[in-house]
Amino acid sequence: MPEPVIILPEGTHEPADGEIIKLALLAVGGQGGGVLGDWIVDAAERSGYLAQSTSVAGVAQRTGATIYYIEMCRDTGRRPVFALSPAQGDVDILVAAELMEAGRAIMRGFVTPDRTTLIASSHRIAAVSEKIEPGDGRASSPKVLAAAEAASKRFVTFDMERIAVQAGSVISASLLGALAGSGALPFPRESYEAAIGAGGRGVKQSLAAFAGAYERAGGEASVPPHGSGPGGLPDQGKAHLTPSSATAADSASSTEMSAPPVLRTPLPGPSPRKDGEKGAVVAPAASSASLKVSETRDTASLSPSLRGEDGGSQVRGGANPTEFGVSGPASQLAGWKTLTARISALPEPVRDMAARGLKKVVDYQDLAYGGEYLDRLARAVALDSPTHNYALSVAAAKHLANAMCYDDMIRVADLKTRSTRAARVRREVGVRDENVLRVTEYFHPRIEEFCGTMPAGLGRYIEARPKFSAWLDRRINRGRHVRTDGFAGFATLWIIGGLRRWRRKLLRHAVETEHLERWYALALDHVATDYALAVEILECRRLIKGYSDTHARAQSKFERVLSGLDLVKGRTDAADWIRRLREAALKDEKGDMLDGALKTVASLGQ
Amino acid sequence: MAERSFAEEVKKLRLGAGEEFSGEGILAITKALLQCGVGYVGGYQGAPISHLMDVLADAQDILGELGVHFEASASEATATAMLAASVHYPIRGAATFKSTVGTNVASDALANLASGGVTGGALIICGEDYGEGSSIMQERSHAFAMKSQVWLLDPRPNLPSIVKAVEDGFELSEASNTPVIMEVRIRCCHVHGQFIAKDNKRPAMTVADALSAPRRDTGRIVLPPASFLHEKEKVEKRWPAAVDFIRRNKINEFFGAENGSVGIVMQGGMYNAVIRALQRIGLADNFGDTQIPLYVLNAVYPLVDDEFLDFCEGKDAVLVVEEGQPNYIEQAFAAMLHKAGRDTKLVGKEFLPMAGEYTGQVMLDGLGAFLRAEAPHMLPAAVRAPNKAGNGHEIPDLSRVVPGRPPGFCTGCPERPIFAATKLVEQELGKHHIASDIGCHLFSIMPPFELGATTMGYGLGPASASAFNSPDAKKRSISFVGDGGFWHNGLTSSIGNAVFNRNDGVIVVVDNFYSAATGGQDILSSRATNRSKSTKHPITEAVKGMGVKWVRHIDRTYDVSKMQATLREALTTEEKGPKVIVASSECMLNRQRRERPLLDKAIKGGETVVKPRFGVDEDICTGDHACMRLSGCPSLSVKSLDDPLRDDPVAHIDQSCVGCGNCGEVADAAVLCPSFYRADTVHNPGGWDRLLDRIRRKAIGLLQRFRESRRLTFADA
Repeated sequence: MPEPVIILPEGTHEPADGEIIKLALLAVGGQGGGVLGDWIVDAAERSGYLAQSTSVAGVAQRTGATIYYIEMCRDTGRRPVFALSPAQGDVDILVAAELMEAGRAIMRGFVTPDRTTLIASSHRIAAVSEKIEPGDGRASSPKVLAAAEAASKRFVTFDMERIAVQAGSVISASLLGALAGSGALPFPRESYEAAIGAGGRGVKQSLAAFAGAYERAGGEASVPPHGSGPGGLPDQGKAHLTPSSATAADSASSTEMSAPPVLRTPLPGPSPRKDGEKGAVVAPAASSASLKVSETRDTASLSPSLRGEDGGSQVRGGANPTEFGVSGPASQLAGWKTLTARISALPEPVRDMAARGLKKVVDYQDLAYGGEYLDRLARAVALDSPTHNYALSVAAAKHLANAMCYDDMIRVADLKTRSTRAARVRREVGVRDENVLRVTEYFHPRIEEFCGTMPAGLGRYIEARPKFSAWLDRRINRGRHVRTDGFAGFATLWIIGGLRRWRRKLLRHAVETEHLERWYALALDHVATDYALAVEILECRRLIKGYSDTHARAQSKFERVLSGLDLVKGRTDAADWIRRLREAALKDEKGDMLDGALKTVASLGQ
Repeated sequence: MAERSFAEEVKKLRLGAGEEFSGEGILAITKALLQCGVGYVGGYQGAPISHLMDVLADAQDILGELGVHFEASASEATATAMLAASVHYPIRGAATFKSTVGTNVASDALANLASGGVTGGALIICGEDYGEGSSIMQERSHAFAMKSQVWLLDPRPNLPSIVKAVEDGFELSEASNTPVIMEVRIRCCHVHGQFIAKDNKRPAMTVADALSAPRRDTGRIVLPPASFLHEKEKVEKRWPAAVDFIRRNKINEFFGAENGSVGIVMQGGMYNAVIRALQRIGLADNFGDTQIPLYVLNAVYPLVDDEFLDFCEGKDAVLVVEEGQPNYIEQAFAAMLHKAGRDTKLVGKEFLPMAGEYTGQVMLDGLGAFLRAEAPHMLPAAVRAPNKAGNGHEIPDLSRVVPGRPPGFCTGCPERPIFAATKLVEQELGKHHIASDIGCHLFSIMPPFELGATTMGYGLGPASASAFNSPDAKKRSISFVGDGGFWHNGLTSSIGNAVFNRNDGVIVVVDNFYSAATGGQDILSSRATNRSKSTKHPITEAVKGMGVKWVRHIDRTYDVSKMQATLREALTTEEKGPKVIVASSECMLNRQRRERPLLDKAIKGGETVVKPRFGVDEDICTGDHACMRLSGCPSLSVKSLDDPLRDDPVAHIDQSCVGCGNCGEVADAAVLCPSFYRADTVHNPGGWDRLLDRIRRKAIGLLQRFRESRRLTFADA
């Protein structure tokens, strides 16, 4: 292969009147890319244009990245030669039905600063590779947004999926609205709407989704069908939000950028923008104090590669945690007040996390358990200092709460029998009052769970007798589908949930408490010699999750990561190594990456 | 029932002379067949020509009126063998399939057909599955044309050209007594465009006419001595006739300037891409008018020597644009120039890549390099002397950010639980050698399942495991075959072979009631009632009929535990010989298409309808994603929680869930976690149901209030 020798002349490219307009559409199979393509062709033909569309879509599977391609040219009576596939650097409009597909378009060279208007929905559809990581395997949206801004001549992005769903339609309609509203094509709004109308199905909803996205994208579609070329439209009446001026809430939902390539400026620091889904859940009432704390936590104590870069999880909101709407018997409310008073006595940076942790453990068990939690936390706070902005105490507040609220049968049964849960299920499923809802829960208890729910002595007795255990297991170990809309099923779970008051006497509690104390002491023992390392040891609690085998595997990863402790202790970068081991452990199911990382650690000393 | 109804498209097949047809490329071909007076059509579905088959299947009425016989052939070999009807009778026939996989299967019949030759026009329409969007090995159909000496058309990718190519194809076939292949690439099959229709023609002789007046001619049968004569006839009679036809009817086209120092020869299918590259370089306008002489081969085999040599006359250099390898055309042209003693320089793969699709960028680079080397004076100054590479903008590299998104199982796919069960069995019994087949089930090789070591052809999954049959083996092989592959070829090549050779492996037949990957066409074992085809022939009966003794039928693949137990049994049983598990559940895509409108209607009509859906209790989910490693369902995804105490996203099921049951079954079979719940919404419940529900909710409410009045309750908990 020779080196490419044709380098086309530089400069901003605008297809002049009569030139061919090239539009590529990247979507995830099943998003309705074919329908959108048909609409665009229809709108073009209604506007006095010749159009040709093509695709490589196979017929059946509804997943995987797909691409559609359309060329259009004003009808002058003679048919132009249209190409059948998009070429790098030769696309005027790129429509991406999902954010990572916009990223893929950029990678493939279909988005170039001299000519491409990029219209992309900011929502995410996680790919399989992103979903199967035991940690957070999701790709970084901010990186793609930054690249899109740099690569495009004009970038129009907002959550078009949400607009479509709100209108009861599908994303193809809101994508068409964004395309029309952007004014990137010289067609009047009526042409697009007529195209939707001609489709015949779900027209009303589609038009609503179209209109929503049209307004959002600027609402300034070209009026004269044979007027100025694409992209050459005046930008009057549009709000231009630059990333630095946009507030978090605003930019989460809408970003419209238009900057000539020469004036392009890089994004200032980590973008405050987030994907739309998160934007929807950020409570505007979030107190600045709680936001500040979570930012501190993010920058100071968490691994940046796993969390910090994902703008989506940077800003966390919610009501001020010490003011949870709490209700209950008066005596308990008084007890709760006493506990929250202890929170106020904590150093300011620790309060937010401690309040959330306290709520979690009290909700899990009782007020006394909340007291135990604060006692444990106090041990970390006593060793802590403002020098490190209380990173140790914040980590302790978080992970102690998680460790104390271990996932046992009682907790699951308790959560599944609450009235709030029943309401949530009805809401999520969208059950109307005149409908009846049947809910089936899937349980698969084993002898381990059974013994864990026995008084410690009895549980240990059974566990020490393998033959008896196996005999019991054969009777217990099978899938149980419990109907919690029925009284018998519900009552069974309700009774198990009621075992809560005896939880402290049960075997599982003894095991968990012992494990917790060992881990917590290990961390605190390191504070004096290596503060950062102590924080990292606390953070390793993140590894413990899941039920049954998954839980056992998580425990094993936790032990393996901490087994690296002896190897790195004393090194100046010990904390860093433990963090790396932990991140490796979250990458795959069995911990293959972790084993590799451990080998690297083992070789350090040699 | 195919995945789409083509009722609208079928109307287009009725268009008369002078009316404008507007639609997809393959539908234009379908219309062209009827305009040519075709007597019978057969084929095997597969992208990119599936819709051709689907339209014909939906057009039974029109075909009936015209006296055209249509057959959904059992395989590409069947379809090609069907063209035998054109050997003795002057009936035009067409067969269609994807290439090169279909051509591979068809090649036995094709070689026999080509040897004896044809009387009526025989046209094979190959959907060339090459380049982006392709799902098969990257090969050329060209070699098949060369080896059997059948003619190959490669028309320019626009509707009028491909329609004309169908007409030309039949005439060429008749003029040279040779079958003709017409190749159309993926994007050309799916291109939307227009052409002016002609009236449909009744075949001059129908298959019914032929049956009532049978003919035979021993000289057309492939057996010595006729077969030796056939070979001579091919080169002495049929070849010259074809060349003459192509020349006389100007099948190949010339564009651009009459004279020039350089010229470009291309396959017809490459024309639009060549013009686009020339447009971008500044040497062609929108309409393809250019200063560069172009020679467009709508017939790429045979080549017309004098046409080519005339084109080269007075040219210093000629570029051959030929996609794929080996570069047969370029080699043939080079030989012609050499033998004619010409000094025109012939280039091709020096400037264009030997392998891979000729995309826009490849074409721009290749043509640009050619022109810079051979005709720099023609290039505009700005293109000729660029001062720097790149356009000066730094675009961040996203290759490590953007995740791959290969196709996978659809939401609710009944094949997912089969592979979840296989993965669980492997966790129990260790890794096994797994042979895969062609079809949706091949997605098992991708994450999250990553099962399957090879794929050797349609219906050949178990055949490809046949070597793994040893008395010393401690483990059995597992092989998969879909219902499509099973009926295509698998029953004999895989099952029969396993019985005969006493293979001890496990064979899983994935039965989803359709040839699903190609668009949901009916096959023998389909459960649907088909107006024109015979369905409902159980695979289990066929397998038993082949002599398999150990057969298990799972009639609900979503029962992961049962699937797992059956696989375990098959892998561990003492019984010798092939162990066949037929795992049946309807393709969810087709099922939804079939059921959804009916259910919506029933709900509107006040009937009691139960709609299932799954959900996740996010406070119970711990964010390990073990469930997703056994699923990969598009509706099961990750979601961030608005809780600083939680680091990892939890599982979440969105509105697109169809309630197939896999999540709950897997959570149970793999002992994962109790986060999943199934929520069945009963629409229009009966009076008794409503009453019972009210009582239950009251009683449950009592228990809830009892507990909640004795504890602290947090508003957002």
